[in-house]
Amino acid sequence: MQRRSRWLSGAASMMLAAATLGMFGGTEASAQSKQLTLCWAAWDPANALVELGKDFTKESGIEMKYEFVPWTSYADRFLNELNSRGKLCDLIIGDSQWIGGAAENGHYVKLNDFFAKEKISMDDFVKATVTGYSEWPKGTPNYWALPAMADAVGWTYRKDWFAKPEIQAAFKQKYNRDLAPPKTYAELKEIGEFFQGREIDGKKVYGAYIFTERGSEGITMGVTNALYPFGFKYQNPQKPYDMQGFVNSPDAVAGLEFYKSLYKCCTAPGLTNAYMQEGLDAFKSGQVAMQMNWFAFFPGLYKDPNVGGDKIGFFANPAAKTHATQLGGQGLSVVSYSDHKDDALKYIKWFAQPAVQQKWWQIGGYSAANSVVNAPGFPKSAPFAKDFLESMGMVVDFWAEPTYAELLLSMQKRVHDYVVADKGTAKEALDQLVKDWTKVFKEQGKI
Amino acid sequence: MTASSYTDTVTKRLAINTPQPAAKRIRGLSDRAIAWLFISPCIALLLAINIFPLIWTIRLSFTNFKSNLPNAPVRFVGLDNYRDILSDEDVWHAMQVTAHFVVWSIALQIVIGFGLALLINRQFRSHSFWTTLILLPMMLSPAVVGNFWTFLLQPQIGLFNYAVSLVTGIDPSSFQMIGDVQLSPWAIILVDTWMWSPYVMLICLAGLRSIPDYIYEAAEVDRASPWRQFWSITLPMVLPFLMLAVLFRAIENFKMFDMVNLLTSGGPGSITELASITLKREAFEKWRTGYSSAFAVILFVTVFGAANIYVRVLNKVKQR
Repeated sequence: MQRRSRWLSGAASMMLAAATLGMFGGTEASAQSKQLTLCWAAWDPANALVELGKDFTKESGIEMKYEFVPWTSYADRFLNELNSRGKLCDLIIGDSQWIGGAAENGHYVKLNDFFAKEKISMDDFVKATVTGYSEWPKGTPNYWALPAMADAVGWTYRKDWFAKPEIQAAFKQKYNRDLAPPKTYAELKEIGEFFQGREIDGKKVYGAYIFTERGSEGITMGVTNALYPFGFKYQNPQKPYDMQGFVNSPDAVAGLEFYKSLYKCCTAPGLTNAYMQEGLDAFKSGQVAMQMNWFAFFPGLYKDPNVGGDKIGFFANPAAKTHATQLGGQGLSVVSYSDHKDDALKYIKWFAQPAVQQKWWQIGGYSAANSVVNAPGFPKSAPFAKDFLESMGMVVDFWAEPTYAELLLSMQKRVHDYVVADKGTAKEALDQLVKDWTKVFKEQGKI
Repeated sequence: MTASSYTDTVTKRLAINTPQPAAKRIRGLSDRAIAWLFISPCIALLLAINIFPLIWTIRLSFTNFKSNLPNAPVRFVGLDNYRDILSDEDVWHAMQVTAHFVVWSIALQIVIGFGLALLINRQFRSHSFWTTLILLPMMLSPAVVGNFWTFLLQPQIGLFNYAVSLVTGIDPSSFQMIGDVQLSPWAIILVDTWMWSPYVMLICLAGLRSIPDYIYEAAEVDRASPWRQFWSITLPMVLPFLMLAVLFRAIENFKMFDMVNLLTSGGPGSITELASITLKREAFEKWRTGYSSAFAVILFVTVFGAANIYVRVLNKVKQR
């Protein structure tokens, strides 16, 4: 009898335990249903976004989960996810060039009605970012994303090296002018040549770091910073998709030749396939005098104990015939395959608030809100803020067509073949590029 | 117990211990049916993950399908994709790069692998230790090999450049194996040879150990020199094994992707862009699914056809 009652009490305890577990499990399940996954690239601003997202969770009770992928596989990973209509991401901070494909293939939720309902106006954001990250077709009021992370290519330099009296004197003797951050590409090259192979603090240093990566988008994002100022145009402004004489114009050829000469004269050996991270490594290890990179990394570099603070300076992309730089950055979109679209829209509404945008800038993100960047104190709010603002006023973006990947890879191949692999001439590379792009647009039915 | 009763007893015991035919245990099914029952999951799996995708790929190769444009209409384009591929200069360039890589890497692996096998085949102290050490590279993942050779070949901090500098006296940062147009095709051959020569060695070692000692003893009685023994006994008897190694390595290197992709990404420019890297770019970066399916079919037919011809030659060599 006693044995039986012991058995019964044991069974009852187990049932109670199971019920308790079930209860907690249920709670967990309900919390999980209030969870959003945000997909982006793994880089410094992503850490700032995690920090910022804690406020959203506090306000809404919705947990934020993040899926960050390194830049080199960012496009592959997330475009695969979108193309396969995956549900991994509820929100995605997608690259500016994806907007055409994502809009036309129904990957992103169109936000016009939502913006109208919540009184979110695109006039409150920097125009270049609205065009670059949100609109498709370009120049029309059809919005697929909220400008989330404004970015452009800029430059860092070793302020401490530039300030050394012996360096200053040697430079003045050679070029008959003061050593200062370059305003033109010709000046930049001179400075690069000056520092190339020079010994500073007992170490051999190099002139400049520029993008040369072959696999994803690196060399295109680098070379365009020389092409745009030299006068390269993607197409005839009067006749869309007419590229002959624009992509391969004499100015564009000169720009490409210049980028190659910069690569040959002033970069460290071995940088034949290098992009953002390699640039940061080269700069942080004290190898280069000047570095081309995205503004997004500059807050982190400024905080670097070895090369940050007083040792680092910043400047906008130098001019040639004109002044322009490559647009970076991304917009925040709701993935149309998400099961939590309403919660995702809540996040966008929260993120669009001026106070949140202000905090976003303060903790390391780059706000595209006019309320932040046009505030009187903005240029002095960070050492790179003025150059960032200047850059955002002159950005140009790569094609954002649904077939952008094909267009990008053709350019990667043609310019890498010419700049790094010494294949053919600049004119031949750009002529070939026109052929490649024409073929893509023909297949797409745009020509 | 008489002899006949003993036989009866043994027969009965055997009858009891012999397992019943499976068909009797599973009533109503013949042995053949049960055999089919057992292999059918395997066949179903094979069909699902091997044959079906192959047929599907062939089907896609005749269309203009792009997997990043799911809403776009899919059009039958006949042999257009095949024609485009076969007239594409970039594809032919990739095939040339692949041929250069396959031929040189296999030639070097055969020479080094066979040489190592001849050395290891001699019994000496710590010979097991050296065998294990030599086999280590082939046990590593190609991703690991690609990554650490990238560092080894780095012109400023790479050990390889320093080693060359030590021997030749030239400045280590004055040359770059991965970034140089002339050197990068050899850099990928070097790394592949480093990784896979042990594999060839292993196959050759099996061949060397299969040669009976009495043949060498007979040759020595006939006063054949070691050189003569090598040409008349060792090489002919190891040849089928060597040819097998060539077959395995050729198929693998024709498909090579991971290690080279990590090492050079096909660069500088397109100097080391193997066919598999071009295929990956067309399929998963440009999203030209129909085109890349046709390319995949062409590569498959090339490997399959070449391997079949080679196997026939191999069989003839074995029969000799």
